[in-house]
Amino acid sequence: MTTEAADSAEAVGTIAPAADPGFLRRHGGTIEYVLIPGAALVGALVVFGIFVAMFGKNPLDLYFYMYYGAFGTWFSWQNTLTRAAPLILTALCTALPAQLGMVIIGGEGALLIGALSATSVALALQGLPPLVVQIAMVVAGVIGGGSWIMLSGGLRQYRGVNETISSLLLVYIALAILNHLVEGAMRDPASLNKPSTREIGAANMIGTIPGTDVHWGLVFGLIAAIAAYILVYHTVFGFAARIAGGNIRAAKIVGLGVDKLILTVCFLAGGAAGLAGMVEVAAVQGRTNANLAAGYGFTGILVAFLARQNPLAIIPVAILLGGISASGGLLQRRLGLPDASVLVLQGIIFVFVLASDALYGRIGLLKGKS
Amino acid sequence: MDFGRISRRHLLQGGTALTLGAAAGLRPAFAAETTIGFIYVGSRDDYGYNQAHAQGAAALKKIPGLKVVEEEKVPETDAVEKTIESMINLDGASLLFPTSFGYYNPHMIKMANKYPKLRFEHCGGLWSDKDPKNAGSYFGYIDEAQYICGIVAGYTSKSGKLGFVAAKPIPQVLRNINAFTLGARLANPKATTQVIFTGDWSMPVKEAEATNSLIDQGVDVLTCHVDGPKTMVENAARRGAFVSGYHTNQSPLAPKAYLTGAEWNWEALYPKFVKMIAAGESIPNFYRGGLKEEIVKTSPYGEAVSAEARKHADDVKAKFLSAEGYAIFKGGLVDNRGKTVIAAGTDRGQKDPELEKMDYLVEGVIGATS
Repeated sequence: MTTEAADSAEAVGTIAPAADPGFLRRHGGTIEYVLIPGAALVGALVVFGIFVAMFGKNPLDLYFYMYYGAFGTWFSWQNTLTRAAPLILTALCTALPAQLGMVIIGGEGALLIGALSATSVALALQGLPPLVVQIAMVVAGVIGGGSWIMLSGGLRQYRGVNETISSLLLVYIALAILNHLVEGAMRDPASLNKPSTREIGAANMIGTIPGTDVHWGLVFGLIAAIAAYILVYHTVFGFAARIAGGNIRAAKIVGLGVDKLILTVCFLAGGAAGLAGMVEVAAVQGRTNANLAAGYGFTGILVAFLARQNPLAIIPVAILLGGISASGGLLQRRLGLPDASVLVLQGIIFVFVLASDALYGRIGLLKGKS
Repeated sequence: MDFGRISRRHLLQGGTALTLGAAAGLRPAFAAETTIGFIYVGSRDDYGYNQAHAQGAAALKKIPGLKVVEEEKVPETDAVEKTIESMINLDGASLLFPTSFGYYNPHMIKMANKYPKLRFEHCGGLWSDKDPKNAGSYFGYIDEAQYICGIVAGYTSKSGKLGFVAAKPIPQVLRNINAFTLGARLANPKATTQVIFTGDWSMPVKEAEATNSLIDQGVDVLTCHVDGPKTMVENAARRGAFVSGYHTNQSPLAPKAYLTGAEWNWEALYPKFVKMIAAGESIPNFYRGGLKEEIVKTSPYGEAVSAEARKHADDVKAKFLSAEGYAIFKGGLVDNRGKTVIAAGTDRGQKDPELEKMDYLVEGVIGATS
């Protein structure tokens, strides 16, 4: 998605000069970032309402239950945030390489390898203080997931293999490795009908944020997203990455180490997804088994694209999609809609947001430069 | 509290009120309206595992005073915990049926600990004394039904070659393959069962490939143990082979080719559970049974089943239903590598825990567990 990255680089560029007077014009770029996706979302909801009305359901009921199931009560909020937590991290796996113009869609594989690495380390370090085990799990998860996506980056940079295809195929390899180990060498003999590794132990679980039942993965996600934002937009490294994303030849001519940039960014991206895998083990499952392949990595791609690959925008978008999936259950139960209707809504939102890309910089009132 | 209509006040009261309402929602008997939640891992009209449970849920909907809420395609992650809590908090459910194996530990156990006054019934898990008392696990000896299907298949097959499309080499699946084969060899001592493992519960493409490959090798009667038998049934029937169903009745998909099938009888069990609770009896935490206990059944015979096959199958079924019962896995049992797996003289009855650990394929099965 080279043009996408170039677009955002350009859009950011227009904010900086801010020569024109007038609030709208000065902050046009920022306002656009809120207004256009917001309008796209409203448009998508209206179309989804029509779709649901065709099945004889009242669209107003639909909107009410969506709000109620996602944000209507404290319980609903926790439900939404729990579902959003892994999505923030897996979305970073797509959004970070996008700064370099790469389309990585293999977050799921990095998540699985991260989970597997974290579990292995926890099982190897049984008996040590929980904090040591947990830190080791984080490190292992990040290194595991990071190396996995770095493979894709390396294949592209040194062998000319398309990173989109290779990262996707690596998902299936990761799943095969996971199944092979879980059903073989790492299998807990007591896990008869659901092959799993041994449990990492209750003491080593990272638990929930006090006062809520949302696990710490949410905090990890928020920190990672903010750190990624600072890295991309407020460091020399991030600037270099965006230059390389905009025009790789120009970047080489000015002497940027593109190989190193690509490998580092891929490592960080995979590390985020690997951390998501670690959290799934340490906060949810307590061990590794095939349940980890729940599709968080794939939903993360959607989140990243909806956030237009902006690490900060990933946070609200992940919460939005978490909310949609949290309310999906209520839609099934109250309106009798099939589960697939949530996928329809996600699809409609995706199309609207992508189509709305064409509007950036074209709304006269908000134009920074005339 | 009527959760069907939500007033603005309910919304303002937010989560606290709802949680309290749910906690107070536990009624001693089903005098007032009781809400029961069903959770499925796949689509509830999959012609398989999930549909069988949905049929059980449908039987409960007919009982006055019961309200059934259902949610499909819930993954085996913390999503199921949130679905359970959503059913409790937003729908007021007091009896939960999370029906997929992977929901049990840690997810359902966690919820049962969190809501000690509500009742949780899980399909397939192995409840042990360590687990909460308000949780239970039920399952059926469906290998009894597979044994009878094997007899019918043994008579019907002209080539003596039977096929089995299986998901994973875990005890529950191996037990079905072995029972089917032993049944078939009652009818035709030379019969063999060729087994293909697809590697996961829902792999339609691999299931279709396995079906075609088996038929190419001369197999003329097929059965399966995957979540949705639809793919196998339709493909086999199209190729002119006979099929034996699994989970639920698939005869509408292939009326001519359908011989019989091993079905769950949840529509008999679930109303029984509800009556036990209403009468103040406790459901045993570990609940098992077969044909006699009406937890499993066989599909009505198809037109292609000969009179001889029907008679033999009915005779054996009568033995299962008799007071003394019938053991499928009898002493002197040899596996397909020539090793004696059950010593002569020891019959392993259905409730024998050794059978829950089955890791072999009996003589007559072509295939390997690893």
